[in-house]
Amino acid sequence: MLTFTIRRLLMAIPTLLFISLIIFLILDLAPSDPTASLPLTIPPDVRADIRASLGLDEPIHIRFLLWLNQFFVNEPLNLLQHWTGWDLGGEGRTRVISWQTRSPVVDIIAQRMPQTLWVVGTSYIVGILIALPIGIYSAYRQYSIFDQAGTFVTMVGFSVPPFFSGVLVIVIFAVNLGWFPSVYDTTHVVVDWPSFVIQLKQMILPVMVLALQITSQISRFMRASMLDNLNQDYVRTARAKGLTETVVVMVHVLRNSMIPVVTVIALGVPQVFGGAIITEQVFKVNGLGHLLIGAIQGGDIPTVQTLTFIFAVLIVLFNLVADVLYGILDPRIRYD
Amino acid sequence: MKFRHLVLGAMAAFAFAPTTAMAERGTDGQLNIIYWQAPSTLNPYLSGGTKEVEAASLVLESMARFDETGALVPFMAADIPTVENGGVAEDLTSITWTLREGLMWSDGTPVTANDAVFTWQYCTHPEGGCAQASYFDGVDSVEAVDDRTVRVNFTEAKPFPYTAFVGAESPIIQAAQFADCLGAAAPECTEANFGPIGTGPFAVEEFRPNDVIVFAANENYRNPDQPAFSRVVFKGGGDAASAARSVLETGEFDYAWNLQIDPTLLAEMEANGIGTVVTAFGTSVERLHLNQFNPDPALGDIRSTAEAGPHPFLTDPIVGQALSMAIDRSLLVEVGYGAGGQPTCNVLPAPELYASTANDDCLVQDIDGANALLDEAGIVDTDGDGIREYNGIPMRVLYQTSTNAVRQDTQALVKQWWSEIGVDAELRNIDASVFFGGDPASPDTFQKFYADIEMYTNNFSGVDPEAYMANWRCSDIPSPESQWQGANIQRFCSEDYDALVTEMSRTAPLEERGRLAREMNDMLMQSYSIIPLIHRGGVSAHANSLGGVRMSDWDSELWNIAEWYRIAE
Repeated sequence: MLTFTIRRLLMAIPTLLFISLIIFLILDLAPSDPTASLPLTIPPDVRADIRASLGLDEPIHIRFLLWLNQFFVNEPLNLLQHWTGWDLGGEGRTRVISWQTRSPVVDIIAQRMPQTLWVVGTSYIVGILIALPIGIYSAYRQYSIFDQAGTFVTMVGFSVPPFFSGVLVIVIFAVNLGWFPSVYDTTHVVVDWPSFVIQLKQMILPVMVLALQITSQISRFMRASMLDNLNQDYVRTARAKGLTETVVVMVHVLRNSMIPVVTVIALGVPQVFGGAIITEQVFKVNGLGHLLIGAIQGGDIPTVQTLTFIFAVLIVLFNLVADVLYGILDPRIRYD
Repeated sequence: MKFRHLVLGAMAAFAFAPTTAMAERGTDGQLNIIYWQAPSTLNPYLSGGTKEVEAASLVLESMARFDETGALVPFMAADIPTVENGGVAEDLTSITWTLREGLMWSDGTPVTANDAVFTWQYCTHPEGGCAQASYFDGVDSVEAVDDRTVRVNFTEAKPFPYTAFVGAESPIIQAAQFADCLGAAAPECTEANFGPIGTGPFAVEEFRPNDVIVFAANENYRNPDQPAFSRVVFKGGGDAASAARSVLETGEFDYAWNLQIDPTLLAEMEANGIGTVVTAFGTSVERLHLNQFNPDPALGDIRSTAEAGPHPFLTDPIVGQALSMAIDRSLLVEVGYGAGGQPTCNVLPAPELYASTANDDCLVQDIDGANALLDEAGIVDTDGDGIREYNGIPMRVLYQTSTNAVRQDTQALVKQWWSEIGVDAELRNIDASVFFGGDPASPDTFQKFYADIEMYTNNFSGVDPEAYMANWRCSDIPSPESQWQGANIQRFCSEDYDALVTEMSRTAPLEERGRLAREMNDMLMQSYSIIPLIHRGGVSAHANSLGGVRMSDWDSELWNIAEWYRIAE
């Protein structure tokens, strides 16, 4: 298992380098211009100067190598210096600079991460906690009213896009009932109980919208996986031995059914970091998803490049985690 | 518009009266503003976007700003220099500004003339990529005569000298704060760019790029009773409709900017009675450009250039006139713009002094008239396919614009009207970042104009149209030689017009400048190479409990935020 993990980690290095090259090329060859969103009153020669000051007049391979150096050498060194306080000679070390804000991309990502983890992360956990019991019970009572209702709700959750459900809950709960705010306050700091209640209130709507989608997805997987197992011979054996239904379902069947579901959950974690572009936009949570879409629209290549690359790292990493979990959950699977 | 101004003015004056007496700094609590496009930086010299300029205008000020009528109001300066008061040199080659006495930065240090000199050096540094460099065009030098006196010397006579250090786009920054940020070092000064020290009513407390800004009242603001608010939360993100909702429906915010949404939806929201929609008209005009060169794809790389030759039919003013007559501008306003638009027949619709009235016939749609006009000119349908031929060439046009719901509605309506006069339009829309991107390698930019007709909005900042009207000189036609740079998009060329441009650059009296500008506007209109459609205004909304809003499209719309206050319940 250990050698497998190490081998996979080493394999990840060329994979990620290749991914970064592809991302860079796609972004660079796409027709986008960081000065495009400026007002037309700014004359073309000024625009040309702006582009030059962003380093856009350098040839493509130089810019790629520059980015690699900034991201893999300068940024980690800076981080190390920041954490340990050692002097690693910060002079002249350029960081990855966003074209929109003209400030280090990594700092902005660090600033955005909490919002995303709070909102999207919470909804992921809430979604899973709701999805698992629904999936289990739906499978156990297949074709019952509960199962039918569950199927209906999950299909709705699956098919209604967040730009509709988000606005719908805003209209109901923020405009008509006035219970919750429609705009997320990112500057809010939780210090005591009342401020925690405010935080809770402003999180409820976005978490509700996101959790609905996550619940739909995972409860379908859970149900299908449970159904596969419920008809297996070992279940009949367990029942024949005289075990109670609770033990049969919650111990024997559930444990075996969790294997594919855990994989799905693990593979979904990078998406949590990726933020929820649309939901963040609707509720103005301004997390990583909002940062990414804003950077794409603004032609801010360094930000898009850095963000997508971090997502790529997470995806590669969590694929590995899922594979390892497989081996732990299912003793039949051995990689060595 | 006049009437609206009067009414708003009267209302503001009425509402203002009881509160001014007891107004004190910071007594009205927190002001919540929402800009659905969030500011990326607070240094307007590094960004140039409207959202950044307006957010920064709470902090950074200039010598003078433009009020809602386009008139100059002294801000950092003690008064407005003119030739009469000796502030502008007789030969128009320099302007001398005097700073207010005792003017302080928010950190408590005095503002000196050196700060203005530094600002000029900062923005004109060749490696800085300053987005507002055009404000310093024609500036030979800026010198500090004494601590409070700044002289701006121009390379040649400048009839309208109120460019450098005037308006929200050309503010004065603190020399001490930005001293190490000249040229290529500019982006490295993140702290300064995110928290500039200014003389405005508010100071930056926290800045989160593309998210939210928290401002606190500036303790050293020159008027001890202002601002009435102690804190401003400037939130970004979302979209125009949700921003409108947060002011007009939920009341979470006090002011929302740029609400270009379906006019009926906006009117419905306003009917809730929590907030008010306000508009301000500047110089933005949604217009059609009629390509005067041949954009036939068969011509390959030379299309839309002088080499390709004139357009087969759009150079004939009769054709342009008929196309213009067929359009019902009022309906376009109703469908797409609501309070944020007015039909116009001029590419230069404002300020009043420069607005011509010679072309107002176009305000009424006249399809029969357009048909008659074409019939009379012998431009008829010869082969019975419903499309007229011009010298044997069927009048089919490719009509392009940027991707935007309102523009696509406009396109569909215009196509319908043109089909009624026997002109067939093929519609195309291009993503705004590509269309306005100016990438010389892309065939889809508005400068390359590989189409017969294209539609977008342009305007000029400030109140003086000289540079704007000079856009239509022959020498400003985009071409491969100029990397497709140039603002004469429809490729209009007339010696008489160029002569007027030159004359205006040498004329100082305002009345004369007004006459020249109107003459140029009329010449363009009568060439029918450009068909103005809508005079577009800014649309914002504020809570009914917010007083003092005097929205200006000539400057930052938050230009007088120091005077805003909470109306007592």
